[in-house]
Amino acid sequence: MIVQLFHQMPVLVVILPLMAAPLCVIAHRALPAWLIHTAVSWVVFGISFLLFVETRVAGRVVYALGGWAPPFGIELVIDRFSAIVLLLVTGMSALTSLYARASIAAELPRERAYLVYAAMLLCLCGLVGMTVTGDAFNLFVFLEVSSLASYSLIAMGPSRRALLSSFQYLIMGTVGGTFLLIGIGFLYVMTGTLNMADIAQRLQGVAHTHTVEAGLAFIVVGLSLKAALFPLHAWLPNAYTYAPSSVSVFIAATSTKVAVYALIRFVFTVFGADLAFDSLPLGDVLIVLSVAAMLSGSLAAIFQTDVKRLLAWSSVAQMGYIVLGFALATGAGLTAALTHMVNHGLIKGALFMAVGAMFWRMQACSINDIAGLGKRMPWTCAAFVVGGLSLIGFPGTAGFISKWVLLQALMVDHHWLLAAAILVSSLLAVIYIGRVVESLYFREPAEGRKVARGEAPALMLVATWTLVALNIAVGLFGAAEVDATRQAAMSLLGVGQ
Amino acid sequence: MQEHTVLRIIAKLLIAPIIIFALYVQFHGDYSPGGGFQAGVILASALILHALVFGVQATRRAVPPAVLRVTASLGVLIYAGTGVICMLRGGAFLDYDYLAHNPVHGQHYGLLLVEFGVGMTVASVVTAIFYVFAGRGRQPGEHED
Amino acid sequence: MQMLLTETMPGLFNYWIVIVLMMIGFYTVIAHDNLVKKIIGLNIFQTSVFIFYISMGQITGSTAPILMHGAAGQQAVYAHPLPQVLILTAIVVGLSTTALALALVVRIHEAYGSIEEDDILAADYQRGTQESQKEQERMARARAAERHASRDADDGREQDEDAPDS
Repeated sequence: MIVQLFHQMPVLVVILPLMAAPLCVIAHRALPAWLIHTAVSWVVFGISFLLFVETRVAGRVVYALGGWAPPFGIELVIDRFSAIVLLLVTGMSALTSLYARASIAAELPRERAYLVYAAMLLCLCGLVGMTVTGDAFNLFVFLEVSSLASYSLIAMGPSRRALLSSFQYLIMGTVGGTFLLIGIGFLYVMTGTLNMADIAQRLQGVAHTHTVEAGLAFIVVGLSLKAALFPLHAWLPNAYTYAPSSVSVFIAATSTKVAVYALIRFVFTVFGADLAFDSLPLGDVLIVLSVAAMLSGSLAAIFQTDVKRLLAWSSVAQMGYIVLGFALATGAGLTAALTHMVNHGLIKGALFMAVGAMFWRMQACSINDIAGLGKRMPWTCAAFVVGGLSLIGFPGTAGFISKWVLLQALMVDHHWLLAAAILVSSLLAVIYIGRVVESLYFREPAEGRKVARGEAPALMLVATWTLVALNIAVGLFGAAEVDATRQAAMSLLGVGQ
Repeated sequence: MQEHTVLRIIAKLLIAPIIIFALYVQFHGDYSPGGGFQAGVILASALILHALVFGVQATRRAVPPAVLRVTASLGVLIYAGTGVICMLRGGAFLDYDYLAHNPVHGQHYGLLLVEFGVGMTVASVVTAIFYVFAGRGRQPGEHED
Repeated sequence: MQMLLTETMPGLFNYWIVIVLMMIGFYTVIAHDNLVKKIIGLNIFQTSVFIFYISMGQITGSTAPILMHGAAGQQAVYAHPLPQVLILTAIVVGLSTTALALALVVRIHEAYGSIEEDDILAADYQRGTQESQKEQERMARARAAERHASRDADDGREQDEDAPDS
């Protein structure tokens, strides 16, 4: 029985959250729902880790749903690349589950808390499904599952502004999803199949038709909307700002990364780098947009007064780094993109957790509200400082590793201007993180906002500091991570297997 | 709408056949066009007709929202549970061949079970959506039309 | 012009309709301020994609993909069923999206008393700048104090049971 379940692991990561969500709804109370959410998140994380180990050895794990052999049935494919993304998504869900209990209880009416856990599980199910599926249409369905769950999660935010933010995200997200659907339709017209590997094979004869090129354009635009790539990022700042804190943590750390993952999967596995980067100028377009994202996101972050919104704008900038690595279309560039996907997840998770703890304490998180908290919540604020250093790219932190790898990838091709843009964006990050740190440690609380010394609940701190510790661990032992991501990038490019 | 005798009688006559038709579409779905989604929507339309004619309160008493919450969740569990049973019997997720000794029978059972789960969830969710919208912005004693 | 119409219109008629509908829907989403009109636009936009999928599975002179027995079944040309199945899934997604969007609009109307995007943004802007912010701060302070009091009594693990409902 155990051996059998071992072979079922690729599907278990999808269906366990799917089955746990209705259980949360039936439970109808906050505590049992939280227990279900936590238990399932950790189990799924454990399975993902086993899958990660398995792909390190075997390279690729496949699973035919319903026993229908591909390309007729839906196939789940986990290779070295998706295993790492899977590990990030499930790991963040596991840590968020620890964090969520106290945070959600403070921000939402108790009778609605169980819905948050159910929706978070559905969101997890969708994101995991997007990561493991090998079927183009199935990816669209999972994208919509995760999107619908995140719209409702954002709408549950404590202020009424959450409603309009969620609505705007819904409109843009649905347009993005529909664009993806159109693109997949074009591919289906040309190839008559939906299995990604099969599409890739059959595209070879027809790759240079306008239909396929239009399909590529629709898919890139649709997924860029979900990934909040520069001109399509308008939904992101409001959504992250007004969502409940634990939702911000989970979505900021995972959902845009999975969208970029899906984009990379389509471009490299389905269309092939030749079509996207040699025949069509996708690389040039993405490089320009990612530089614009880095600079404009960091600049906008400097002028924010709400710390959550500041971090959201910083996310827009950080997506620029990820897409820049991917747009280089080299092994080193892809390595940098994947490394930063993971590291940015760790960084933003830690930062949003720290800010969520401050919100828990103060019921607000503008820069003035958190003035002087450094002495009153020493652990939370220290976590923010370390996370901020990592975001800037201070040596010894995860952010340094990803910037180092990205700079190396740029140097190989002599992209000096792009390297300069990264340095400028990092300097801007020093400014906006510096503003928050200055307020935390070197300013006195505003009149009437003085609170006594007291930390966030233990579980929130444990989750935050686990992420902070991971940031430092990756920073000190980055070689192991870069080794894993390099192998993943090589397997995606189809060399060095 | 209590005074509209014709409407009430016709509605009463219609609701039962609509439900029967929903069940037909549900359980004949593996041989002919139909299936869980269509059946669920038809069943929900019967409930919505009841609510339109007799008032949302009456329908809420007959089919309470709390029940819908459970049936909607159970439907998903039936769907996924069928897949898990296939896995426990040695097949892949949703590989109906393993549900019975004969693969053809297994496919039948599997389809029926899965579609039943889908139908249950769709009917519950569509009715619940209707309740939520119909129950908003009105005073409890206000005339429903 | 005449030739262009006769050559391209009949076979591609569906696709022209798809393009027209898609643009109408997309324009409505972008141009309108009213949230319900945005949803309507979104629906038209999605529907155009449904028609696109159904059209590409269609073969001239084909029937619905339901297996027929006997002589008719031997000669019948069936439309491709797979796009129809895919679109059934996409319709369900569209239904859920519409329901969620409408639910959001209802709650926005309850919170703001308007469903015009400009009015809502203006209301938030006013509220953010005026003295109501102080009001919010005072409430927040009271809550923080209350939370802190309950925290002192306990170690904080159970405190969420007493958290004020917001």
